Amino acid sequence: MNEPVMPMTKRDLLSMIGTAAGASAMYMAMSSMDQAKASDFKGPPKLEGDNKGASVLILGAGVAGMTAALELSRAGYKVQVLEYNDRVGGRSWTLQGGDTYTELGGATQTCQFAPGNYINPGPWRIPWHHHGLIHYCHELGVALEPFMQVNYNAYVHNTQAFGGKPQRYRHIQADFYGHVGELLAKSVNAGALAQTVSKEDGEILLEALRSWGALDRNMRYVKGAASSGRRGYDKEPGGGLSAVPEPSDPIDVQTLLRSGLWRSIGGNLQWDHLSTIFQPVGGMGQVAKGFERAVGHMVRKNSKVTAIQQDEKGVTVSYKDTKSGAVMKASADYCLCTIPLPVLAQIEMNVSPELDAAIRAVPYSTSVKVGLEFKRRFWEQDDQIYGGITYTDLPNSQISYPSTRYGDKGPGVLLGCYVGGAAGYELTASTPAQRVEKVLEWGSQIHPQYRGEFMNGVSVAWHRVPFTLGCFGSWTEASRAEHYKNLCKFDGRILLAGEHASYYGGWQEGGITSAIDAITRLHQRVIAG
Amino acid sequence: MGLASNAYAQAPARAAASAGDAAFGARMLGEASGEQIFTRVCAACHMQDAKGAEGAGRYPALAGNAKLAIGAYPAMVVVKGLNGMPPIGAMLTDQQVADVVNYVRSHFGNKFKGAVKAEEVKAIR
Repeated sequence: MNEPVMPMTKRDLLSMIGTAAGASAMYMAMSSMDQAKASDFKGPPKLEGDNKGASVLILGAGVAGMTAALELSRAGYKVQVLEYNDRVGGRSWTLQGGDTYTELGGATQTCQFAPGNYINPGPWRIPWHHHGLIHYCHELGVALEPFMQVNYNAYVHNTQAFGGKPQRYRHIQADFYGHVGELLAKSVNAGALAQTVSKEDGEILLEALRSWGALDRNMRYVKGAASSGRRGYDKEPGGGLSAVPEPSDPIDVQTLLRSGLWRSIGGNLQWDHLSTIFQPVGGMGQVAKGFERAVGHMVRKNSKVTAIQQDEKGVTVSYKDTKSGAVMKASADYCLCTIPLPVLAQIEMNVSPELDAAIRAVPYSTSVKVGLEFKRRFWEQDDQIYGGITYTDLPNSQISYPSTRYGDKGPGVLLGCYVGGAAGYELTASTPAQRVEKVLEWGSQIHPQYRGEFMNGVSVAWHRVPFTLGCFGSWTEASRAEHYKNLCKFDGRILLAGEHASYYGGWQEGGITSAIDAITRLHQRVIAG
Repeated sequence: MGLASNAYAQAPARAAASAGDAAFGARMLGEASGEQIFTRVCAACHMQDAKGAEGAGRYPALAGNAKLAIGAYPAMVVVKGLNGMPPIGAMLTDQQVADVVNYVRSHFGNKFKGAVKAEEVKAIR
């Protein structure tokens, strides 16, 4: 068992690697399309100068609206915020025990989680380069803790590989690096790269490959101290008489390539998955609470906007109190509208044809999350998985383990499903009870403990969320080219902000940076006016 | 293939940008009848009874909806999307788009005449 089994021709092998590298290269390129740069947040805006007592009506009390409310009020603007929900935060939201949520269609769920357990139906992680959100968390007293994105001891799972048995992430990553390292080293030694790599550089490359791939002295990736130092041992090192470790067998290259499990590794090399990633202690709803402490007094909740009308003097918004049914109006010199586009597209408003077209040009993605509570943290106790994510080709797509309160003896909550696409629609079209049942069925294939330990579950399907009608704005290169600037530019006295008005599709950082960009332009106009 | 198909071809990357994972949902629905497509996809928003729903905004009812009278219109909406509605036709074959449109136009109290054909869907894309 010293050599990987390679029962295929060189051509087969190279073709497979080409496919692998091509796919992951394409994936990386596609991923970077919407995520090219770090946040351009350079600190809170400096809105200096005479604002002439101007007033701004903000529609929506999500992070975009509340960022704008905070900074505009600091600069002396008169600010009022209208919010559809009975709470602030929008998609920045946590569901915990006792919370009730009614989705479109009328299904009501009451979350039954034990105290301290929760899921974040919307955003759940804060990459280190989301400078704006991190700034406001620090400023507003929102405590952050590490979010485990990559857990080398979590699983990667393909129902069509390894007989459907989940594999440890560390095995797949170490073996993928190791085999690729060995193959590339063979190419160097065979002179196959002589056209592009000089002899001297080839020597450097070989040393680099040995280091990167955990190759042995013969430039092989084989069972032994080097490979087990990466992937782990069959019997781990101990102390005393039973101390001797037993190395583990790497997976052969053909099985590894054909398993497709290397896909998960490429996904975790993405810029927005790089450490450090944070989560608010107690759930993403703490971000909403932080903003609420600062600007909550400016927010009128339970207010459903029905019309937005502007003229040369100002903007008047009609809204209905969703509790009393009373129809009311609010006016201001300017309006900053953060209402999600599928909702805004249905609100009567007098804006330019260009803005109107832009509002209608952005479909909203589907996405479903299902939280499952279990009697104990079997993933920690039985499988030594502390936080992080398991990836699967089953429709639930992933299982995320809590990045907090490790070792807790009480009930624990998993994110049992986070998926979009066709499976996302199908789950959305199901009842909450059906969603939980399906997710239990899928997850049991990875964690057989599911059925015996299950207590309760809760789901949020974003196309059924009454205040957004979808998860986040889904731009394409073509729609951005045609509509993005029109969506963001001043239209009379109306400006839009939110993740949909950013290059951060689906991230809170997009809401924050778009709000700052918008109010900075608004302020410049007021000062100049 | 027009805008709509381009839009969806990139959807996994965008989902990845937000959700962050390579396997963020299958791109194609797979084998399904018109009825199954309705119950698995359309009903996500328009509800299983095709009566729609209302929150901050609304999902229109497909039951008794006069806009379905000409089959080409719902076929176009399925392929291209409309307002916040994604171009879900990108997950479907031409025949599947025709099947689901014809299913909706002949159920939920709808009795619209004239079936949409796959070739007509192809022409819309």
